[in-house]
Amino acid sequence: MICRKAGAALALALSLAAAPLPLAAQELKVGLSTEPSSLDPQYHNLSPNNQIALHLFEALVAQDPAQNLQPALAVSWKAIDDTTWEFKLREGVTFHDGSPFTAEDVVFTIDRAAKVPNAPSPFTQFTKQIVGIDVVDPMTVRLRTAAPAPLLPVDMTGIRIMSKKAASGPAPEGKTTEQLNRGEGLVGTGPFKFVEWSRGNQLVLERNDAYWGPKPAWKKVIFRPLPNAATRVAGLLSGDVDFIENPPTVDLPKLASNERVTLARALSNRVIYIHLDQFAEPTPGIPDTNGKNPLKDKNVRHALSLALDRTAIVQRIMEGFAVPAADLLPSPMFGTRKDTPVEKVDVARAKKLLADAGYPNGFSITLGTPNGRYINDAKVAETIAALWTRAGVKTQIEASAPPVFFKNRDEHKYSAYLAGWGATTGEMSDPLRALVATPNRERGMGGTNKGRYSNPAVDAKLVEAMRTVDDEKRRTLLQEASKLAMDDYGILPLHFEVSVWAMKKGLTYTGRADQYTLAYLVAPAQ
Amino acid sequence: MTDAAADNMPPGAGRAAPAVETPWRRFMADFCANRLALFGLVLVIVVAAAALLAPWLAPQNPYDIAKLDIFDSKMPPGSASSDGTLTYWLGTDGQARDMLSAMMYGMRVSLLVGAVSVVVALAIGTVVGLTAAFFGGRVDAFLMRCVDIQLSFPAILVALILLAVLGQGVDKVLYALIAVQWAYFARAARAAALVEREKEYVEAARCLALPRRRILWRHLLPNCLPPLIVIATVEVAHAIALEATLSFLGLGVPVTEPSLGKLIANGFEFLMAGKYWIALFPGLALAMALIGINLVGDHLRDILNPRNAR
Amino acid sequence: MLVFIIRRLMQAVVVMVVMSALVFGGIYLVGNPVTMLISDQASEAERLAVIRDLGLDQPVWQQYLTFVGKAVVGEFGKSFRAGEPAMQLIFQHMPATIELALVAMLLAVLVGVPLGMYAGLRPDSLRARGIMTVSILGFSLPTFWVGLMLIMLFAVALPEWIPGWPRLPSSGRGPTVDILGLKLSIFTAQGWLHLLLPAATLALAKGALIIRLTRAATREVLPMDYVKFARAKGLSERRIVGVHVLKNIAIPIATVTGLELGQVIAFAVVTETIFSWPGMGKLLIDSILLLDRPVVVAYLVVIVFFLVMLNLVVDILYSVLDPRVRLEAQGR
Repeated sequence: MICRKAGAALALALSLAAAPLPLAAQELKVGLSTEPSSLDPQYHNLSPNNQIALHLFEALVAQDPAQNLQPALAVSWKAIDDTTWEFKLREGVTFHDGSPFTAEDVVFTIDRAAKVPNAPSPFTQFTKQIVGIDVVDPMTVRLRTAAPAPLLPVDMTGIRIMSKKAASGPAPEGKTTEQLNRGEGLVGTGPFKFVEWSRGNQLVLERNDAYWGPKPAWKKVIFRPLPNAATRVAGLLSGDVDFIENPPTVDLPKLASNERVTLARALSNRVIYIHLDQFAEPTPGIPDTNGKNPLKDKNVRHALSLALDRTAIVQRIMEGFAVPAADLLPSPMFGTRKDTPVEKVDVARAKKLLADAGYPNGFSITLGTPNGRYINDAKVAETIAALWTRAGVKTQIEASAPPVFFKNRDEHKYSAYLAGWGATTGEMSDPLRALVATPNRERGMGGTNKGRYSNPAVDAKLVEAMRTVDDEKRRTLLQEASKLAMDDYGILPLHFEVSVWAMKKGLTYTGRADQYTLAYLVAPAQ
Repeated sequence: MTDAAADNMPPGAGRAAPAVETPWRRFMADFCANRLALFGLVLVIVVAAAALLAPWLAPQNPYDIAKLDIFDSKMPPGSASSDGTLTYWLGTDGQARDMLSAMMYGMRVSLLVGAVSVVVALAIGTVVGLTAAFFGGRVDAFLMRCVDIQLSFPAILVALILLAVLGQGVDKVLYALIAVQWAYFARAARAAALVEREKEYVEAARCLALPRRRILWRHLLPNCLPPLIVIATVEVAHAIALEATLSFLGLGVPVTEPSLGKLIANGFEFLMAGKYWIALFPGLALAMALIGINLVGDHLRDILNPRNAR
Repeated sequence: MLVFIIRRLMQAVVVMVVMSALVFGGIYLVGNPVTMLISDQASEAERLAVIRDLGLDQPVWQQYLTFVGKAVVGEFGKSFRAGEPAMQLIFQHMPATIELALVAMLLAVLVGVPLGMYAGLRPDSLRARGIMTVSILGFSLPTFWVGLMLIMLFAVALPEWIPGWPRLPSSGRGPTVDILGLKLSIFTAQGWLHLLLPAATLALAKGALIIRLTRAATREVLPMDYVKFARAKGLSERRIVGVHVLKNIAIPIATVTGLELGQVIAFAVVTETIFSWPGMGKLLIDSILLLDRPVVVAYLVVIVFFLVMLNLVVDILYSVLDPRVRLEAQGR
């Protein structure tokens, strides 16, 4: 539903953006929930950094608000054979310093990704499959991979092209992260140019008037970090900022009825789920079953799913700004199925299933949750504890600060835990590989499957899908794999977060599934 | 507060007592003469009673999650619960907990944390302070150096760093609060003991050749306690405020057993949404407790300070 | 004098070593910062590579020794998150905090001293009692609570209830001006507007303390001979209070103000968090939550040094102002 509307809104926004504005109104002040940790587009692969980088730089391939691939610095791409992708580059694009964009910049950028030292979240994630780059001509590059890489164009959305001329330097990586943070060599082809950054206070960008695409409406954009949610809302209401991301859900009803404020929303690619330990016996969080792990029983997992009142959680805790989930990615994203009804709460049936499984009096369980990593995470967990307890599974929650939570999770200290997953690729293989594939370090599978769910049938479909370059065949394989995992209650999806942006009346924004805040897509309404 | 350590004379010293009055009666009369202090005392009693008797008085047990009905969340004050058995006089929070009950239980956590940390810190501080004063010399110099260093650090910072490395939890908060308070008591105890040490009764005990340990604990200690207890009163308020601050910053007690500070922190996000009661009422309760304790403590200090005798 | 200063500095070093060791061990036990920093999608191999890059694969004592070795030559490591030298980050954020603390302290003194003197001069008047009651409120209420109430009142409620009431900014810092390389916001009107609420929040507790201190000092000075003598000479009450009393209570007030500056900077951690003030206190909280150890340690080193210096300067000034105090004496 969102993507169709999004296309129209995007077109509208772009046409509006071209309309001239009085000079004073050409400044946009944006309140961010998280400040970028660096301006180096290849230092820290995390949303707060990536969304800022997208203002200054562009990748070969872009994603539209619904995460469909769009041409950007590449006008087209195709698989020449199973292990080679060819990208045709856009002609006539210049960097902020006036130099032309060519294949050399692409080579430089892809090479640099692996060379940035101390990167806390390296960009090799997107380039590791590439074993060779061929410059066919200045406007054509071919990327060779060792194995079939159907998702390489998606990976290329994460690699934002830097100027070889501006970003070269004596260090192995050329301009260092520190230099880029100061603005040295921070030269891209994006719609905005760097002006100044004072960490913790503000980041100022100005319009790139030589931009090849639709010109942004704002001559100047100021990003201010306002990490405290309530302060961020206060900032919007008091006019300190014009536009904020992630207003807290509790404020949304009031903001929605405030006539000075407009909201934009989008169903995100982030699913909130519960993982259940299906490996350890005894499992650490269930003390009273004589060492048995009831979660290995599909009926018990089904009962726990039936006890979840997903609608109530969405309405009361998420204030309606979430969508109950029956899968790991919202339809109609790539690889999702059409008919995935959300499980209706049915406490009586849950109790019966538990009794059938040999637990007529239920059992006790501890549910782990981070406190402050996902929207309302601990609050959702508290509600789940209440819901499970009603169905006879006496639930305690253990809410920890995120670093502590992740440590415990990775050490398998939880029998059940709540967490979230954002599919940055925007297609089904991403959550399946991470969350339900049997953990296998060498093959890079099941990295976040800390419940250690394992189903050989799912694994087989997934491996097959990852070798299939043909989109339609891959789609079917992914749909089958996700159906197997969901029918097995290997993981319990709860809801998809709805991302929200709030802005002063007179602005419009098309909400994005990738949750990015992009000032060049903010448009003044007529 | 920095001058409190100087006010360490024993109660009633330097005053001529009328013949019929016992010290206790005079103390009570003094106390009651100040209406503000009396008001403070009433506040403290009300708050403490609400906290202590919470399991019997509170309309709901906020920790019994099976009883919470999520459709009752964020109800304004005076609403009836959806099953009609209960009126939420002060509204409900985001988890459908009755605010009044949550506050009474929260007050329990806050008072417990405050009182326990102060009692332990008082014990540690007194032992250190008396030891330093009694033995003097190098022991004294070393202990007091430690105390000085500790005191030169703002309490909030020390607690913050400790919690950062200890993690969350009521017990962790206790350790942090004890760590920031003991030095304060140590200094006050030492000052009090230095005064007492020169008094005749200690000299008498020395002449009797009583063991030093006995003199220290049986004679010196009881006489040093009154001023320490006054300081302890005010410190309870400090400890509660500090705990609330730490919980507000997200480093204090866990979400499942919220103290008043945590309740306020939870309610902060609802403030802008117009659901004022979730933060306001715990805030008022916290303010009541702190103001009450401080009024009492302030007046106690005035009474016990001979220089302020009217 | 020199011995005294050296001894204080040695103490500072000891405290720095103890604190940094504690933070190293503690953060090591709490969790691995990489889990917080790395993208969910990263593979296990990439995770291990990052852990190795940041030196987090070594045993914690070895990490600490490496740190000490570098710290001796003034290198305190790079922030895990920002990739910039931790000290540089602290210094970037410092002007905002110092500015806020100084303005708050100034506010506290400007309000606290006159009120405290009044309460000391007429201790039994109704107004004096009112002042003292309010001062109890001032230090009873936790800073964060006061901050919340001020935001509610001046940034949200009043402008909504009363049309035309100016809305005070409740977040962030105003535009800055470069003065000697420092970015300061007190030279712009917007800067002052942004300072108002956080500074008032921070000033309240300190103002209450100063009121009480001033009142006590005034009451102690009043019965002194020189005041009686001045009265006997028939000097105007204004002159007695403005010159003789004020001069004599100035020393204790100045001392406490100086010492409390450290407290104010520490409590700025809370105020900065509420008002999104881009100072080093907020940097500390963010770094603690992200386990960005180099920044936490660098902050500690800076603040320990600062506090020791502050104490030192106050002690020295005190000995200069008051000849009765000798520096070798232990207590203050």
